[in-house]
Amino acid sequence: MLTMFSLTHIRAIVGALLTLSTSATLAGDWKLADLMQTLAQHQAGRASFVERKYIGIIDKPLESSGELAFTAPDRLEKRTFKPKPESLVLEGDKLTIDQPGNRRHTVSLQEHPEVSAFVESIRATLAGDRFALEKFYTLELAGSAESWQLLLIPTQARMTDIISRIRIGGSHANVKTIDFEQADGDRSQMVITKIVAQ
Amino acid sequence: MKQRGRSLILAIWLAVLSLCVLVIAHTRFVADLSAFMPKMPSERQQLLVEQLRDGVIARLIMIGIEGGDAAERARLSRALATGLRDDPAFMGVQNGDAATQERDRAYFFDNRYLLSPAVSSERFSSEGLRLAIGNSLDALAGNGGLILKRLLPRDPTGETLQLLEQFAGDSQARSIEGAWASRDGKRALLLAQTRGAGSDTEAQSRAIDAIRQVFARIPGRSAEARLVMSGTSVFSVSSRATIESEVSRLAIASIVLVSCLLLLVYRSVALLALGLLPVVSGAVVGITAVSLGFGHVHGLTLGFGTTLIGEAVDYSIYLFIQRAGGANSAGFWRTIRLGVLTSIAGFAALLGSSFPGLSQLGLYSISGLVAAALVTRYVLPLLMPQGIAVRDLTQAGALLDRVVGRAARLRWLIVTLLLAAGSSVVLHAGGIWNRQLSALSPISKAEQQLDMELRNDLGAPDMRYMATFTAPDEESALQGAQRTGAVLQELVKEKIMAGFNSPALVLPSKALQRARQAALPDDRQARTRLREALAGMPLKPDRLDGFLADIQAARTREPLVRADLRGTSAALLVDSLLVKRDKDYLVLMPLRATGGSPSGDLIDLSKVSAALDAKGLAQVTVIDLLEETTGIFDSYLHEALILSGLGCLAIVGLLLVALRSVTRTLRVVAPLACAVLCVSAVLLAAGTQLTILHLVGLLLVVAVGSNYALFFDSAALPASAADHRQTQISLVVANLTTVGSFGLLGLSKVPVLSAMGATVAPGALLALVFSAILARVRSDAGSH
Repeated sequence: MLTMFSLTHIRAIVGALLTLSTSATLAGDWKLADLMQTLAQHQAGRASFVERKYIGIIDKPLESSGELAFTAPDRLEKRTFKPKPESLVLEGDKLTIDQPGNRRHTVSLQEHPEVSAFVESIRATLAGDRFALEKFYTLELAGSAESWQLLLIPTQARMTDIISRIRIGGSHANVKTIDFEQADGDRSQMVITKIVAQ
Repeated sequence: MKQRGRSLILAIWLAVLSLCVLVIAHTRFVADLSAFMPKMPSERQQLLVEQLRDGVIARLIMIGIEGGDAAERARLSRALATGLRDDPAFMGVQNGDAATQERDRAYFFDNRYLLSPAVSSERFSSEGLRLAIGNSLDALAGNGGLILKRLLPRDPTGETLQLLEQFAGDSQARSIEGAWASRDGKRALLLAQTRGAGSDTEAQSRAIDAIRQVFARIPGRSAEARLVMSGTSVFSVSSRATIESEVSRLAIASIVLVSCLLLLVYRSVALLALGLLPVVSGAVVGITAVSLGFGHVHGLTLGFGTTLIGEAVDYSIYLFIQRAGGANSAGFWRTIRLGVLTSIAGFAALLGSSFPGLSQLGLYSISGLVAAALVTRYVLPLLMPQGIAVRDLTQAGALLDRVVGRAARLRWLIVTLLLAAGSSVVLHAGGIWNRQLSALSPISKAEQQLDMELRNDLGAPDMRYMATFTAPDEESALQGAQRTGAVLQELVKEKIMAGFNSPALVLPSKALQRARQAALPDDRQARTRLREALAGMPLKPDRLDGFLADIQAARTREPLVRADLRGTSAALLVDSLLVKRDKDYLVLMPLRATGGSPSGDLIDLSKVSAALDAKGLAQVTVIDLLEETTGIFDSYLHEALILSGLGCLAIVGLLLVALRSVTRTLRVVAPLACAVLCVSAVLLAAGTQLTILHLVGLLLVVAVGSNYALFFDSAALPASAADHRQTQISLVVANLTTVGSFGLLGLSKVPVLSAMGATVAPGALLALVFSAILARVRSDAGSH
């Protein structure tokens, strides 16, 4: 009872505001249901990413890079190599954050709905889980199977305070870009390159 | 002359009783857990006791709300918290609400330059700033970008995160729908801190009622929503309620039982009323003696006291039945006197116990028995009708006489029983004694289970390991906590422990706050250094005006004091770990074990002590509370073994002196020893580990049983056959009252009471049976 602090919640939110992704394949007629089905068939993938954050008070974009790995149905891993090594592992309801020199933090998504909305935008997209996406977002699909754009607009107030929209771009089952637009005008852009298994 | 002597005796008796009633009217009756706490604790035990009694931990009530869905439970949690916050009986209520979280955030963010362990003059040099801001930008590029982005303009050096890192690893309640919830999500959780001290059971009881009432009044509450509570104070209140209800229940049941039995034998309401006079007098004198001797009377003492009914009534039974038969008066009183003396010798052993519950019992029983015996000896004969008409027991007497006469044939049975009992005890030799203090606790298993669940869910450390010291004032207490913390931090790095908590983490000493203030640059220096630090970085100094302003505000403000914590959850931390007492401050620093080590969840306290000693912190005591409580119990047990041994020796000595014969003494002692052995064997065979109370019960078997053996012994002396019969009848009736009242005690829900009852009731019965079997065969047996 000595540690009824909500302080580590802050840590949890640190982990919450993450940005992740992967890849997939596809064929056929082009509707949301088709995209989801295509994505859902994709069981696992590994990719490298480069992410740029455009932040108002910083004069130039901040860049980070690393690797992403997705294993159906619900395991997503983001390993950042630069500028500082970090790792995020999302599995089921559990988000585990590791930073060298710091303790490991584990966060339950159920306790943090906004974190949940955030990570589901990526995980549910990769898993082709339309139901999970529509819990937090309205979905709009544009483009063709070769080059599609999925727009996620948050429906819940506590998300719209932070994120105005998420844009996911890809070709067939490959997710190639994920852009987050924040409510304050800052944004981040992640470019994903599939690693072909050797 | 005779008439005057008679009036004098009655006058003295009534005067003493009136005085006693007067004392009792002013007596404080307690029923908390104090009976289990050592009377003369060591310095370490004292800490434990004080924490249980007065510490903040004793003022915390853990509350759970069950039933309904998560959203409903969270709503009830908020409504309950709001209601309780308006009640002056509570200093604070926490349920993980947004407002408290916001106050916590504000406290740590606003005061980061006074609280962060990283603040130093190097960190605020140009080079230090460059390094810290560079790290923040790197982190901004990573996963934590969004939250760090918000902190950056005012906290570019990442001080807030430095500060929070100190608390990483603390477990805490999870949050569902904006309210604390259990791990499994099935309970909403709250933590209330009462204003009244933990030792004020009355205030705690009112607080607990207030919680129930506020909860009951929440509008729209669904019927399936339930409230559960736990904590030291909840235990105190519930054990008091249990003890109170048990004591009155036992007393009534015991009186009814004994009265029925006596009515059956006497067939006279007048004799029954007379027979109860020594009992009532004994109880009144006993309570008075304990009140005067201890300053208060514990409810448990009264519980044990009901057994006095069974014993004190024996004297009048012997008197009425044996005297009705016109037995030898001088011999009769001699036997009674010896019986009282042996009982006193047994109970006197308890007087020396450092277990307060037992020493009260000792005093209560001795004074009660003496009073009962005196009233039987001097008052009853005056009030007794001349020719008392006890029911004609000749028939029963004759039957009993035949039984007793043949009892000697059963001696082979005793030998068999002894062999069986002896082997049972030997079989259990390794685990005869229960070493858990909880074995005595009136708190049920279910209550203990709930307590553990709530504690785990609230992320409360088990408080097993603690570094603790006292200091004359708050400032030196906090400085001491900082010095101790520095040593403990090294031990964390060496993986000797996983972490620790300290009040200085949220409220540093004034000296440390001033040192941190001194490390901060003034406005001109700060601007220059920041400009130098940011050269070549993608961040312009004018974006960080908030940072510069905050540094100056922190540099010039008054150091933080306790009052600044008001409304934050950190206030509870400081209240718990920095305890203001009459003359000094007590600092508690709970230590967290690493877990997963080969030695289990243990901390090697000798290493901790050595490290503290090496840094000149020998005044800091490190304790393992589990070991301390087990230690207390072990010492109680050890002491009780010695005292019981002495008590038995005293009884044997007394018998030797009074009977002037080794053979007769052996004849008296042998059945008692057999009874003790058999009872122990049966308890062990039934899977009961013996506690200190069983041990005391065995001592009482000897003390009470010696009366029977003595009468059998005296019955063997030349006398009329009718006398023998009357003696035997009176013994059986007396035995039945004893077995009955202790038997009732054995049914009690309070473990302390039931342990004693379950030992004495069968023990007393066996003592009588064995006495009959082992009694010297009379020359006239069966010759009527």
